[in-house]
Amino acid sequence: MVEFSLPKNSKPTKGKTFAAPAGAKNVKRFDVYRYDPDTGANPRIDSYDVDMDTCGPMVLDALLKIKDEVDQTLTLRRSCREGICGSCSMNIDGGNTLACLKPIDECKGAVKVYPLPHMPVIKDLVPDLTHVYAQYASIEPWMKNDTPPPSSGERLQSPEEREKLDGLWECILCFCCTTSCPSYWWNGDRYLGPAILLQAARWINDSRDEATGERLDDLEDPFKLYRCHTIMNCTNTCPKGLNPAKAIADIKMKMVERAG
Amino acid sequence: MFASHNLRTPLGRARGLGSAKEGLHHWWVQRLTSLALIPLTVWFVASVVGLAGSGYQEFAVWLSNPCNAAIMVLFFGVSLHHAQSGMQVVLEDYVSHHGWRIASIIVVKFICYGLAALGIVSTLIVTFGG
Repeated sequence: MVEFSLPKNSKPTKGKTFAAPAGAKNVKRFDVYRYDPDTGANPRIDSYDVDMDTCGPMVLDALLKIKDEVDQTLTLRRSCREGICGSCSMNIDGGNTLACLKPIDECKGAVKVYPLPHMPVIKDLVPDLTHVYAQYASIEPWMKNDTPPPSSGERLQSPEEREKLDGLWECILCFCCTTSCPSYWWNGDRYLGPAILLQAARWINDSRDEATGERLDDLEDPFKLYRCHTIMNCTNTCPKGLNPAKAIADIKMKMVERAG
Repeated sequence: MFASHNLRTPLGRARGLGSAKEGLHHWWVQRLTSLALIPLTVWFVASVVGLAGSGYQEFAVWLSNPCNAAIMVLFFGVSLHHAQSGMQVVLEDYVSHHGWRIASIIVVKFICYGLAALGIVSTLIVTFGG
């Protein structure tokens, strides 16, 4: 259901301010969303003044510097720090992106760092992704075949067929797109969202897969697929430069194609 | 958004009641009616502008032309069919309570088809010299 304001216990309050070390000349402020489930208190926005002369260029560098040197309680997910693992997806400066790929320079004024929008928050910048992962499992993202593999053991694909997976296989499941989608905010319990639909398209377009029709059957639903209203937030926000909206449009066109 | 108070597994919740195996027809008809509405709306606006300042008699003569009458009937039918179909999507988006959603969709459909019938019958009455 559409929600125009945060529930009472989710409204952030002003938190603590951590000053930069004495003598720091090049200081940037980071306003970071903090939520501790153990205290039962409302979330708060803590401000950290970071000395940019001793900090790396990306938002993730600053967050790790804060965690290492200023406030060890700050909780976030991160792993590869180079845009491959998708762990550090969060809302930075008003847009969903990967903290490791977001240059601090691009943020004017204080850098606002929040968890991915409209997801339950486990702690600080860590959202609960249980439901999106379950939705991913629900599209059965693996090769389905009735034909046994050839004796060579490898199912072949022409270069042209392989090309159809470009723009799809690169998705790292960071869910920046899904959590930027208003349709997903209001109906995420049933709507699969752009990330999962792009993954579904990845299997629908795979020439080696023999379950294309079944996959389309499972998606043909007013909520699972047709909640996409081409708002395009997904494509605007994808930190990998992919186009989930086009993937969804392709699925819709395949539905038309098989109907006549 | 995510009910965590029951013990159903996440996959069970994600699968829910499964696919309705429909949605394409509704989506397609929405596109088809919007396509049809481009010329129909241009025609309607041009006609209204052209008839500005004329009296009922003049309008009745204009509407007794079979082409004008046919397009007017189409305009009422297609625009209100499109309206109810679009409103249904809006209500599905924003009303999460199942009962309220169904009830509001029914009300909107009744109103739209009622208006369409009214528009078409009125057109025919004028066309056939009412």
